[in-house]
Amino acid sequence: MTAPQFEIQLIAVVVAVSCALPGTFLVLRRMAMMSDAISHSILFGIVVAFFVVRDLSSPFLVVAAALTGVLTVSLVELLNRTGLVREDAAIGLTFPALFSVGVILVSRYAGSVHLDTDSVLLGELAFAPFNRLAVMGYDIGPRAFYLMAGIMLLNILFIAVFYKELKLATFDASLAGVLGFLPGFLHYALMALVSVTAVGAFDAVGSILVVALMIAPPTTAYLLVDRLSLMLAVSALLGAVSAISGYWIAHVLDASIAGSMASMAGLLFGAAYLAAPGRGLIAITVRRVRQRWKFAQTMLLVHLYNHEGLPAEVRENRIPTLHEHLKWDHRFAERVVAAAGRQGLVESRDRRLLLTDRGRRAAREAMVG
Amino acid sequence: MTSVSGMAPAIKVEDLTVAYGERPVLWDVDMEVPAGILMAIVGPNGAGKTSLIKAVTGLVRPVAGYVAIFGKPYREQRPLVGYVPQRNSVDWDFPTTVLDVVMMGRYGGLGWFRRPGATERALALEALEKVGIAELKGRQISQLSGGQQQRLFLARAIVQDARIYLMDEPFQGVDATTERAIVTLLKEMRARGKTVVVVHHDLQTVPEYFDWVTLLNVRCVASGPVDRVFNDRNLRLTYGGRVSYLTHHTPGDTLADGEDGG
Amino acid sequence: MEFLGDLLANYTLRTVGMGAVFLGAVNGVLGAFAVLRKQSLLGDAISHAALPGIALAFLLTGSKATLVLLLGAAAAGWVGTLFVMNIVKNTRVKYDSALGLVLSVFFGIGLVLLTYIQRMPVASQAGLDRFLFGQAATLLARDVATIGLLGAGVLLIVLAVWKEFKLLCFDPDFARSLGFPIRWLDVLLITLLVTSIVIGLQTVGVVLMSAMVVAPAAAARQWTDRLGAMVAISAFFGALAGGAGALTSSVMERLPTGPTIVLCLTVIVLVSLLVAPNRGVIWKWARERVNRNMLQVEAVLADLHVLAARHDDPGHGHPISVLRTMSIGHGGVDRSLEVLRERGFVRKTADGTWSLTPRGLEEAKRLEGRRGEGP
Repeated sequence: MTAPQFEIQLIAVVVAVSCALPGTFLVLRRMAMMSDAISHSILFGIVVAFFVVRDLSSPFLVVAAALTGVLTVSLVELLNRTGLVREDAAIGLTFPALFSVGVILVSRYAGSVHLDTDSVLLGELAFAPFNRLAVMGYDIGPRAFYLMAGIMLLNILFIAVFYKELKLATFDASLAGVLGFLPGFLHYALMALVSVTAVGAFDAVGSILVVALMIAPPTTAYLLVDRLSLMLAVSALLGAVSAISGYWIAHVLDASIAGSMASMAGLLFGAAYLAAPGRGLIAITVRRVRQRWKFAQTMLLVHLYNHEGLPAEVRENRIPTLHEHLKWDHRFAERVVAAAGRQGLVESRDRRLLLTDRGRRAAREAMVG
Repeated sequence: MTSVSGMAPAIKVEDLTVAYGERPVLWDVDMEVPAGILMAIVGPNGAGKTSLIKAVTGLVRPVAGYVAIFGKPYREQRPLVGYVPQRNSVDWDFPTTVLDVVMMGRYGGLGWFRRPGATERALALEALEKVGIAELKGRQISQLSGGQQQRLFLARAIVQDARIYLMDEPFQGVDATTERAIVTLLKEMRARGKTVVVVHHDLQTVPEYFDWVTLLNVRCVASGPVDRVFNDRNLRLTYGGRVSYLTHHTPGDTLADGEDGG
Repeated sequence: MEFLGDLLANYTLRTVGMGAVFLGAVNGVLGAFAVLRKQSLLGDAISHAALPGIALAFLLTGSKATLVLLLGAAAAGWVGTLFVMNIVKNTRVKYDSALGLVLSVFFGIGLVLLTYIQRMPVASQAGLDRFLFGQAATLLARDVATIGLLGAGVLLIVLAVWKEFKLLCFDPDFARSLGFPIRWLDVLLITLLVTSIVIGLQTVGVVLMSAMVVAPAAAARQWTDRLGAMVAISAFFGALAGGAGALTSSVMERLPTGPTIVLCLTVIVLVSLLVAPNRGVIWKWARERVNRNMLQVEAVLADLHVLAARHDDPGHGHPISVLRTMSIGHGGVDRSLEVLRERGFVRKTADGTWSLTPRGLEEAKRLEGRRGEGP
């Protein structure tokens, strides 16, 4: 591994971790699409700020982008409050407009600088190591690394300081408000943080893949763990894994690094979707099959119980009529009865099915629960 | 017009079990609804009242059991059954007018591709007249009050001209005037031989409004004529022994108890 | 005028204009249904998800024929939608997360494939990136014919099952109780949406295509309360913005088509939100103002009536200061008195006080009676 390769991976990991942290809260607050809106709109802020300061590396650009992010969120809320369009439509109207103005400004007036429509979408992670940061004449590493590391620390600091408040505001905004935690302030602070992170990551991975890094790892983590703190950690880890594996796949294919980071993040989600313990498709299917059996058995008990002592009992509580009444096919009915018999829940006497005491208790419990 | 003895019951539910995922909401329910009656389904929240009528109308697939409409499977008898969903189940800001929504009741009869015409319009206007909101026919539906929205749904059901109606909480959020108007309308429908089944919340009004009742709490506690099955014992069984409808008769109390019972 | 002359004379421009107008109209129609079903952002997911389909279609067939690429796009858009629906159905992941995930991951895969294709030693690979931001100028007569054919098919189907779609969007449960196969109608509507999005990709680009779906419909909703009118207006807005944007970007240099169309759409949306009769912001504001003023006037009249009732002489004058004290919280006493005098309900006495005229007394009684009935 060469030094630039190492540096690219380092930057990729820092970008991915920075995105995963605020992304976790977006996913939990059902605002995932807000990251899409923000990551697009900030282009407008970046371009306008660039025209003012004429310097792409100015920290002013980050501030302007953060403000645009907050502006986007406010615009969406404003549109929503008029009652004329719903929230999803409000998002779908706001960010394409701001993004379009940004793209047009870039393609018409910024042709000479290195801000073109391709880098807006793709990012330029491969070139990141060429832009060095020097302190008193010493080369201390790529500039992008320090920018993103700073943003990552900011994210960690914010979440650490407001952890309790964020947690409460995410799960119960009204309670947080009653307790005086200013959920509105936290909301906008979080949005500003998302914007700052997006603008930092924008350079490296482009506007759309920022969304992948903010949403995919936390969504995957959401399938794997239950506690917020754990979810943050797992998201960050998954982000880092996507970054490194994505880099090497891009290396092999000679394709976009950012694109393959997003693909890897998606692949990890796919794996969790299939195999997450308890929540993946496999676990769900296994549980469904098992439940179908257990359910059928309980149904049998309840059916017998409900007809116990009634005149219809003689007619209803027999295997052939089970098949007719419960709409089970014959073999299935026999297997259910056999299983229930093995567990001592029912017994069969002159072709009639009777509940044992245990079976009766189980039926009663099933109906109360 | 009305039910002839020996005729198949309007609705016959046998061993019906419905579950959402792992949670059973109806356990082995048996119920028989004779034709030409006005029946209430009552029970605490989460008793499966909505699920029961959705299972009868084929909107949810039961895990087990059987539903027959006049002796035949629902699939063959669909045109005979009208469904009135809960008022809040639709988007009232949808760009459509009162008359248009009523005409939707005819869509089933029209079948594929055919558009509603003058006949449907006339039927819809007549139905609006019947529920007393004919003057609102050109209004956008968001401009209706809660009671008017409910009347609109009833008008849509009327033009369907079904023989059995299943209504999900038609009295929810309507004022007293509308409630009386709706009850009159339901009784009129019964007089014309229709069978009407209503998910109902207010125990106080059951004997006054209905002649038949089903008490439901996941399983069917009792189902039959109001004067026979609507008694203290069955209510206790349905609401977990916390209801004092017949012994104490304190208005308002019963409902509050019923809400968190079960 | 010169521009219009150019337009009619110039074959390329005419082609581009026709294509853009048509795809705008088709997306306007399908967008109306999507917005009403609260699927505004689904279009965003579909268009982004289409990108890997375009790249794969090229990789597999080596063809750049529009129809081939569009088929790939449609297939991928469909798969993306399917993923979103299934993820939401099977797990606890919410709709917004599923959308964001599918949108960005599919786009990422698309970029990997595109960059991979760009570095292949094949000469004919260029031109796929027109699908990112859209390039109306690359529309050929053949493309427009494809767009036209597919679009016409989509519109015909919408017309044929119009009442079923209306019912599906408004009250799906009721539709099912009538016996309509809601699942298949849903599949059909989404397939039409995918098709209409896909035919716009070359002109508008995957990144901004969602605006073409959402904006015309959101604007059209403000102008009407009927579904038919909404769909028609939405189609008109889509066509207008599509045509204007595509032509402007074709005749001006360095003006990408997608963003230009979106700007046209944004103007239409803003105008609609502000001035649309009944619903528009300005309209609502004016109506509220009129209502408030009317209430103030009525309040002053009622106050005078109360004062008059305490006197034996109903024509007795009352100083304005008393009325001001009585109407604290209402305000606008002077203006209200002026309005009432113009209508002949009150008069100013010689000593500068105010009193009810007989007509004013009648009016006050009438208003009081109306209030008694309740709202």
